[in-house]
Amino acid sequence: MQTAVLLITLLGMALVAAAFYVVVARSGPRDDDYSGITQQGYLIRRWWFLFLCGFGVLVSAWSLIPFPLQAGGVGAPRAIDVTGRMWSWDIASRTAQVGESVRFRVTSADVNHGFAVYSPDDQIVAQTQAMPGYVNEVDVTFEQPGQYRVLCLEYCGLAHHAMAAEITVSEGS
Amino acid sequence: MATQQADYATPETERTPVVKLYLAIGLIVFAALMLVGVLMRAAQGASLSSIGPALFYQLMTLHGAGMVGTAGLAALAVNWYFLSRYVRLNPRVFLGALILSLVAVAMIVGAILIGKFAAGWTFLYPLPANPLGQWGTGAALFFVAGLLVLGVAFLLVYLDMGLAIVRRYGSIARALGLPMLFGREPLDRTHPPTVVASAMVLIVNVAGIAAGAVVLVMTMLHLVFPALAPDALLMKNLIYFFGHVFINATIYSAVIAVYEILPLYARRPWKVSRPFLAAWLAVTLMVLAVYPHHLLMDFALPAWMAVMGQILSYTSGIPVLVVTAFGGLMLIYRSGIRWDAASSLLVLGLFGWAVGIVPAVIDGMISVNLVMHNTQWVPGHFHFYLLIGVVPMVLGFASYLGSNGEQGQTGRLGVGVFAVGAVLLCLTFLVSGANSVPRRFAVHEEAWQWLGNLGALSGGLVLIGTLMIALPILMRLPRARLTTA
Repeated sequence: MQTAVLLITLLGMALVAAAFYVVVARSGPRDDDYSGITQQGYLIRRWWFLFLCGFGVLVSAWSLIPFPLQAGGVGAPRAIDVTGRMWSWDIASRTAQVGESVRFRVTSADVNHGFAVYSPDDQIVAQTQAMPGYVNEVDVTFEQPGQYRVLCLEYCGLAHHAMAAEITVSEGS
Repeated sequence: MATQQADYATPETERTPVVKLYLAIGLIVFAALMLVGVLMRAAQGASLSSIGPALFYQLMTLHGAGMVGTAGLAALAVNWYFLSRYVRLNPRVFLGALILSLVAVAMIVGAILIGKFAAGWTFLYPLPANPLGQWGTGAALFFVAGLLVLGVAFLLVYLDMGLAIVRRYGSIARALGLPMLFGREPLDRTHPPTVVASAMVLIVNVAGIAAGAVVLVMTMLHLVFPALAPDALLMKNLIYFFGHVFINATIYSAVIAVYEILPLYARRPWKVSRPFLAAWLAVTLMVLAVYPHHLLMDFALPAWMAVMGQILSYTSGIPVLVVTAFGGLMLIYRSGIRWDAASSLLVLGLFGWAVGIVPAVIDGMISVNLVMHNTQWVPGHFHFYLLIGVVPMVLGFASYLGSNGEQGQTGRLGVGVFAVGAVLLCLTFLVSGANSVPRRFAVHEEAWQWLGNLGALSGGLVLIGTLMIALPILMRLPRARLTTA
């Protein structure tokens, strides 16, 4: 997913850059008929505005319907309680089966932490905040065998970068 | 009209000396904090083993608080300078705010470098009170109080601006152009865009700083009386509302330089229209309401807030792309514009702001945020806004005012070096984010280190470019007769 996001972003940015390049390259020679330029510009702007509105409606509908639930999308998954504290993770169970869906119920014993699950190929698959006084639930389906890692993604002090844990995912029997 | 405007305007002799001070301090601090940024990226690339985690997190706090504060003050100088053409502002208030800000800076820097405070510029509650021996309560109090003093400095200037605007225009709503937008008054196309932008900044940033003051006082109370423990989610909402609004107000203040200076280069007017006024009303409301997009991973919040955050995150970009960026491009198209350091920087600033919308909007989608939140994607997108948006706008303003944009070959080369370095730096952040590299990590895994080193190299280019542009301005500034824009 991350690669697709990066490519789409670069494409969008390239389009903006192209618009700037085209205009800057055509900044001269001077055309004194600015009202003519603005008339044409306002027409383009109107379509540009309508395009952005339409595109926004489509993307919003596509990405929000159904609502991208972080928990509750899977029927009765196994619940695992997680507590973050400076600077370690207390995870009730550190093993899972390939294909298994797990609901992490995440909280914190002290400050804010970020509970992020990394796949064996070091990509984030899901995350939520670990907050004192709150329980955030996030569902994760383990799709590969191997060592998944949990890293803290909310800055929490001196050993924030070292606040890690592992979850072993094995092939189902 | 000219006589009428002169009656209201702040006299030239009164407005320039303080602006010179703001600019000189701003440019020096920008460069110093860029060096801090380079050191951080080099440490993440394992090229600087002498920076251990404790020092790294102090530098991170210094870089964040310093850059946000300096960008805020520099953009305030842009706003104040141009608004003072239309309303009579009090230079002593502006100078007083600078002195207060310097006191705040001393408190913040002292807390970090002497007190070893390192909770990040966002001072996310309850971390300031839970250092596990890294810093003391006194250091945390000094840092938080320093931010509070800085907020007071801003509010003093805004009070003066607000009073001056009301004296001339009758109300903030009228300055924002609402009666013209809704047809209660005929459209006055000579109504200055600067006044519209200033009204917007006043509305949002007074609210933002007020929320910031509440959370800062609550944090101080918690530091002194630990049993007084506010709700962590409420504090987080207040902090992100304050942070989001403040940094947005900074961008919308800095863009005033584009509205005022670019038309002079293009020899075409930037006039208000109903779409322009509608856009500024829309951003006023959206800047105040969009902050939940920072809290998309806090599932304890109601789902409607996440949906609102995602949708407003997208719609917030529309006025920028449709009105300001498009208006700027229309202004320079076939204008025969003179390309020098100032005009190039201003257009670069407009570009950085517009292009930064793309990664920001994409990260504002709930399903994307699930895998991108708090990765280096986040500094990637905000460095587009701030490093390629606000900084060039301020540099362009300084170049135009200090030397009429005429900085010769060195200035033009400086802009090129700055632009290449800044784009590369931002791209290394985005690529790091796509590789799930966390933000705010003092130590990076071996597989991530090349990105840190490339970032450090790019940051070095940014610093060199900045110095090439800023040093000649700084040398000329004390004697410069500022250009009357």
